Amino acid sequence: MHDKTIAELVAGLKAGEFSSVELTRHYLDRIERHDERLNSYITVCAEHAMRQAEAADRAIAAGDAVTLTGIPLAQKDIFCTEGIRTTCGSRMLDNFVAPYDADVVERCNAAGMVMLGKTNMDEFAMGSSNETSFYGPVRNPWDAEAVPGGSSGGSAAAVAARLAPVATGTDTGGSIRQPAALCGITGLKPTYGRVSRWGMIAFASSLDQGGVMARTAEDAALLLNVIAGFDERDSTSADQPVPDYTATLEEPLDGLKIGLPKEYFAEGLDDDVARAIEAAVGEYRRLGAQIKEISLPNTSLAVPTYYVIAPAECSSNLSRFDGVRFGYRCENPRDLEDLYKRSRGEGFGAEVKRRIMIGTYALSAGYYDAYYLKAQQVRHLIREDFVDAFKEVDVILGPTSPSVAFNLGEKSSDPVAMYLSDIYTIAVNLAGLPGISIPAGFSGKRPIGLQLIGDYFGEARLLNVAHRYQQVTDWHLQVPESFAE
Amino acid sequence: MALEKADVERIAHLARLGIDTDDIADYARDLSGILELVEQMNRVDTEGVEPMAHPLEMAQRLRPDEVTETNQREKFQRIAPRVEAGLYLVPKVIE
Amino acid sequence: MEWEAVIGLEIHAQLATKSKIFSGASTAYGAEPNTQACAVDLGLPGVLPVLNGEAVRMACKFGLAVNAEIARRSVFARKNYFYPDLPKGYQISQYELPIVGRGQLSIELEDGSTKTIGITRAHLEEDAGKSLHEDFHGMTGIDLNRAGTPLLEIVSEPDLRSAKEAVAYMKKLHMLVRYLEICDGNMQEGSFRCDANVSVRPKGERRFGTRTEIKNINSFRFVERAIDFEIERQIDLLEGGGTVVQETRLYDAAKGETRSMRSKEEAMDYRYFPDPDLLPLELDDRWLEEVRADLPELPDAKRERFMYEYGLSAYDASVLTASRELADFYEEVERSSGGEAKLAANWVMGDFSAALNRDNLEIGACPVNAEMLGRLVRRIADNTISGKIAKQVFEAMWEGEGDPDSIIEKRGLKQITDTGAIEQAIDEVLAANPQQVEQYRAGKEKLLGFFVGQVMKATQGKANPAQLNELLRKKLNS
Repeated sequence: MHDKTIAELVAGLKAGEFSSVELTRHYLDRIERHDERLNSYITVCAEHAMRQAEAADRAIAAGDAVTLTGIPLAQKDIFCTEGIRTTCGSRMLDNFVAPYDADVVERCNAAGMVMLGKTNMDEFAMGSSNETSFYGPVRNPWDAEAVPGGSSGGSAAAVAARLAPVATGTDTGGSIRQPAALCGITGLKPTYGRVSRWGMIAFASSLDQGGVMARTAEDAALLLNVIAGFDERDSTSADQPVPDYTATLEEPLDGLKIGLPKEYFAEGLDDDVARAIEAAVGEYRRLGAQIKEISLPNTSLAVPTYYVIAPAECSSNLSRFDGVRFGYRCENPRDLEDLYKRSRGEGFGAEVKRRIMIGTYALSAGYYDAYYLKAQQVRHLIREDFVDAFKEVDVILGPTSPSVAFNLGEKSSDPVAMYLSDIYTIAVNLAGLPGISIPAGFSGKRPIGLQLIGDYFGEARLLNVAHRYQQVTDWHLQVPESFAE
Repeated sequence: MALEKADVERIAHLARLGIDTDDIADYARDLSGILELVEQMNRVDTEGVEPMAHPLEMAQRLRPDEVTETNQREKFQRIAPRVEAGLYLVPKVIE
Repeated sequence: MEWEAVIGLEIHAQLATKSKIFSGASTAYGAEPNTQACAVDLGLPGVLPVLNGEAVRMACKFGLAVNAEIARRSVFARKNYFYPDLPKGYQISQYELPIVGRGQLSIELEDGSTKTIGITRAHLEEDAGKSLHEDFHGMTGIDLNRAGTPLLEIVSEPDLRSAKEAVAYMKKLHMLVRYLEICDGNMQEGSFRCDANVSVRPKGERRFGTRTEIKNINSFRFVERAIDFEIERQIDLLEGGGTVVQETRLYDAAKGETRSMRSKEEAMDYRYFPDPDLLPLELDDRWLEEVRADLPELPDAKRERFMYEYGLSAYDASVLTASRELADFYEEVERSSGGEAKLAANWVMGDFSAALNRDNLEIGACPVNAEMLGRLVRRIADNTISGKIAKQVFEAMWEGEGDPDSIIEKRGLKQITDTGAIEQAIDEVLAANPQQVEQYRAGKEKLLGFFVGQVMKATQGKANPAQLNELLRKKLNS
């Protein structure tokens, strides 16, 4: 059952080949057998899931079901789930039982989906390797020595190891796409504003976006249909109609103009990754696309810019964690200062503290113009690069990450080295564009990801371009051996 | 831009983060490294460029003036560390 | 050395919306702690702000009423600092691009002259919660009901030159926000709060002296005293060779002095930056024109009109236009009285206001309505009753005995205007007091009052005073 795509599972449920309860039990069983060595889940919601599965079976029997009714999924532990612990990978929220559901969660529940549990992640979504989680690192299902990527490492690993058919993730600088690439799955970050941020614990408000992590583009499209949409509770939510993302998957690619940014193929890119992308480009030519070299001149400024804006916004977003109304509170605070400093000092990990401090510094008196204001100006230039590029091409193609998964511990002591793994994904968040990563090969045991970047609200086309590639390749169907059964 | 221990202490105080004295030097080193990365922004001239605060060109939507929230104090305070008589308790604040 | 005081006021007016500026929780005063603090107000993880359109409208009304520029594009910014009554660890406010720009307000000084005070800007922001320092085993209790209530912060130019001017400005602003119905102005409940920036300089000097900020003074009287004290304090300090320290001070009403807040108070670095959860607020001309069309007649215009239309003095017009309720009430009384503008004014400002104050009532909630009072005035004007009797009738109306005519009827209070009846009463009194008559005719003119009193007693006060006087003199002098 765990090798079926969602489309196949949906058909199976409809045909009565199995029930949602059986399907759910199957996944819960796999989680129990396999997750100890993967550590992809922080909270498994066995009872809650069974109740939802039972309700789904009743709905299916009564003819009340919608497309994804009865399909299990995993929710990244950054989405508030009412009555269920929501930790954001942090000691600060270790005891936080959310009193409300995120919009994404509400939509999945309304669609009759079954929540298997909350997945592991880098603390407060800050990281590219899922090594900063309070709940321990997640391992790459393809190679236990390797990181799965981050911050949605738990969701990526769970889907790759078939411990969930699909999962949600969030992406601020690459946190869906990069782990998708490192774990050999399909990960989509929609256009900024496409998915509501209500109930999605904020890291960097102008960059964060919720998205989907699945094994195929078609599966991703099915879940995107459920979670995309306008939400009046989010002022940054886009009031744009949601198309059926599955309707245009089969569109032929003849005449599609694909841009290859020359800056993405410069030094720093792994040879194996470069070769895989080159091969993929060949596939796209055969599918009828035209390939064009383009330039995104400000590419090298994306990471520096991001590491002002994201920390600045997060330094402010994380001020609410103060031990007063919820979350971690230190023992016996002497006075107010002590309450704040020890609750936050003990509740937050080192990477979170580093980013809060960089952000605080960048916004502080005398430094605002040089750092924050400057970064917002460079951000404008980076966006203009893409606007110009999309006048000439329909989608942009490149590697998702400069290398495949690195080893656990390899980069965790050098923050800047870690930051540079997001070199191809970050600019997409700065511009607010949609991006998808799909499997395109292997380097040894470790998967290689290909990134496609689309124009604003161009998710349907991205999924189409991804899907057509998946019809002529089988990278996305590969299974990590040790999780096969 | 290299940060000194005093800078780290000042920033940590502004952000109300308790940092162990033993760790200050490490933070100073790490933060200085990040600032070095960030200063690469200065390679490009941004004279006259409008700062971009939001990816989408949208204006703020207005909400009608209606009371839509009910009293859920019990639910919200169930997860609070210290509450008494419906109030959140903190160490005494001297004005 | 002659000194000049330079004062600027920052007023925080709580806008009278039903729900909060960024959430749908109620803003009603006096609820049980934390029963009006929803997830957004509590700053729970994952919550987001959505802007209340009515707060924007109210801010624009204010801006239009003080002839200010309304920003077609304004931005919300985060003001970051840590305090337990500030749940998110930042206040959503406006910094570089406020919704209302430069405007002005004219104030009336004690000598009758007017002065124009500049308004630098006004911006929207959210209020914080409240700290209760009563003993919770040595802890402080936090109530977040107030967190998220919309505030309009109004900043004046440093154009004020005395405590009295400052109070006049504050009172004018207070009246204006109530006229506009954007704020209830209740200072006890904290709907209208004032911070004063005070400095002094030698007369003729153009540079500003160092200023101090006096925070949270919540009555007109305290504002005047606090500012006077602070001016004196600074002058004494400078004349003694000292320097004024730029700091925040609190007014101690009991001692009548300002004192420095905890000296550990370092200059706060608020790290302002545009709030990424909110988009720029864009207003178009058509929307603003609708707001403008909805503005009520403003206080100055109404006062002018009262002087012109009703022939009232500047003073009377000012008193009657002190609030919209009072002005509307007066106009209805005047209308219902058949156009007795002056008499109606006297009654509204006199007996009616006195009764309101005595019983601590609001105009809308008192037993005598404008129409009824107007009819009472009409009965005086048409000589049905005398002014003195009218007071009795008014008291009876206040007690709920009914409308003027039925009270006059029931109690038989109609004025006696029948000359015959008055003459008869006079004859009886004169006959009963021959000695006084003699004395009067011998030159003791003062006794006229005595006779008037006796006739009034005999007629239960109902004799028409004018006729009584005339007839009495005639008889006495004959």
